[in-house]
Amino acid sequence: MSALSELGTLGRKKPTGQKKDNLAAYLFLSPWLLGLFLITVGPMIASLYLAFTDYNLIQAPQWTGLENFSRMLSDERLHNSLRVTFTYVLVSVPIQLAVALLLAVVLDRGVRGMAFYRSIFYLPSLLGSSVAIAILWKQVFGTDGLLNQVLAPLGIAGKGWISDPSTALGTLIVLNVWTFGAPMVIFLAGLRQIPAMYYEAASVDGAGTLRRFVGITLPLLTPIIFFNLVLQIIHAFQSFTQAFVVSGGTGGPSDSTMFYTLYLYDRGFGNFDMGYASAMAWFLLVIIGVFTAANFVASKYWVFYDD
Amino acid sequence: MTTETLPRPVTATSGATVAWRRIRPALTHLALGAAALVMLYPVIWMVVSSLRPGNEIFRDPGLLVRDLQISNYRLGWNALTEPFSRYLLNSAAVVLGSIIGNLVSCSMAAYAFARLDFTGKRFWFAIMLVTIMLPIHVVIVPQYILFSQAGWINTFLPLVIPKLLATDAFFVFLMVQFIRGIPRELDEAARIDGCGKGGIFLRVILPLMVPALATTTIFTFIWTWNDFFSQLIYLTDPKMYTVPVALRSFVDATASTSWGSLFAMSVVSLIPVFLAFLLGQRFLIKGIATTGIK
Repeated sequence: MSALSELGTLGRKKPTGQKKDNLAAYLFLSPWLLGLFLITVGPMIASLYLAFTDYNLIQAPQWTGLENFSRMLSDERLHNSLRVTFTYVLVSVPIQLAVALLLAVVLDRGVRGMAFYRSIFYLPSLLGSSVAIAILWKQVFGTDGLLNQVLAPLGIAGKGWISDPSTALGTLIVLNVWTFGAPMVIFLAGLRQIPAMYYEAASVDGAGTLRRFVGITLPLLTPIIFFNLVLQIIHAFQSFTQAFVVSGGTGGPSDSTMFYTLYLYDRGFGNFDMGYASAMAWFLLVIIGVFTAANFVASKYWVFYDD
Repeated sequence: MTTETLPRPVTATSGATVAWRRIRPALTHLALGAAALVMLYPVIWMVVSSLRPGNEIFRDPGLLVRDLQISNYRLGWNALTEPFSRYLLNSAAVVLGSIIGNLVSCSMAAYAFARLDFTGKRFWFAIMLVTIMLPIHVVIVPQYILFSQAGWINTFLPLVIPKLLATDAFFVFLMVQFIRGIPRELDEAARIDGCGKGGIFLRVILPLMVPALATTTIFTFIWTWNDFFSQLIYLTDPKMYTVPVALRSFVDATASTSWGSLFAMSVVSLIPVFLAFLLGQRFLIKGIATTGIK
């Protein structure tokens, strides 16, 4: 069971034992609790406070009220970074999940050497977030890059995919789609849960491959699709390394790969504009929260629980 | 796969259907093989290119090495202020500290959540699940301020201490799920034999949860090895650079003029990830299938 479905079942009361192990339990939890307060909750409160201040690390924070937020309203680069990030999330996540689902379905049909293919397709998800792969991407989509070398004999004139603002973001979308292996593995696990008798019954009724996919696989897989969707959206909103390395830390060309997190880094750690960066961080949390909540609300209409 | 036993109406296409059944597996393999090749081609090409003289990289999209050269590796190894072995050792130190931290702290928390009954259990468990989804950006600025005031910039402490405090809650969740699958009768037997809570944890639960610990080890290894954002922020002294930060400064230093040595060091940086993948595939696949961590 996933963390998401686990959250959903928390409301149900379980019978509790008579004797509690409070002391032992809190001892075992102490490192985690310490971390929760020192590394997570404490900094969150501090970050919320800093969001209402002007702070450059050297002078004490100056309370400025809502100024950071009103500045965000008129910050063109921020608006651009939101456009770039939304485009990235809304284009790459659906494609990535569609490819993951397609390959999971193909592999699930008892293909010989399934474990081998699964490993090959999964490998990029482990490499994808590394600086090395970002460097590779920079070369592959560069003017003298591998892609253009492959296209040239086909008579297709290449270009500097990464240096052209109209295609730079596309190369990062390709990179994210390339890491479809992780959701694919989750889909494969979900496919194995579907009872074979459903398919047998459908075959008897004369349903073809497509009909069985639309009628059985897709509806029964909706909880897994939902889980992958929520997870990959949260993940994609936080993308940083690839854009940072490919653009040399600038988010260029012409801010076309300026992800929200990149702009946040640029404000906070490039310009030590810590108050503004904190305000941006909270806005990111709100955006991700809204997306996740919207997903949960929408899920009532399309996610099918078979219980 | 089931064989159809019911008589189907004989149509003109039935001959073609039989042929299709024979051809389809072959076509599937062809398509899957092609997809796998396309996916891995850039990575294989990078490895090949790292063994070629620099000027060939811009001309040859093929995978043949005519003139094997390891000079790219020698050049790349010494291209920065420190030899690359320094960065490898730094990364290894951070990775090792992170693994120990995650194993100890996450298993302790998981044992409490999975086996002990205590006041506020459901509340803390919900908080733990929520922190899995929390973006690091919301805490990074104050964390940076905190660690810089503690004088920890350019040390590995900001990268390792949080792991000792179980901030990677994915692993707590993963281990909770695993412990729930261990029969409670074993705890009871140990209790009757005189084991306390600590004894049960150390002598019964921990030895039985080795697969979950292995999964945690491998994921922590790969994530920490690849992690760039926090290492970029906390490590500014070239002596303290880890592999990803060093690679990135390599890109800036050479302005992409020497792809050969850049690729060579990229390959070096990917080897540990690749080995971890080979050794830990079973755990990686299982871990991701049960919790969705990546």
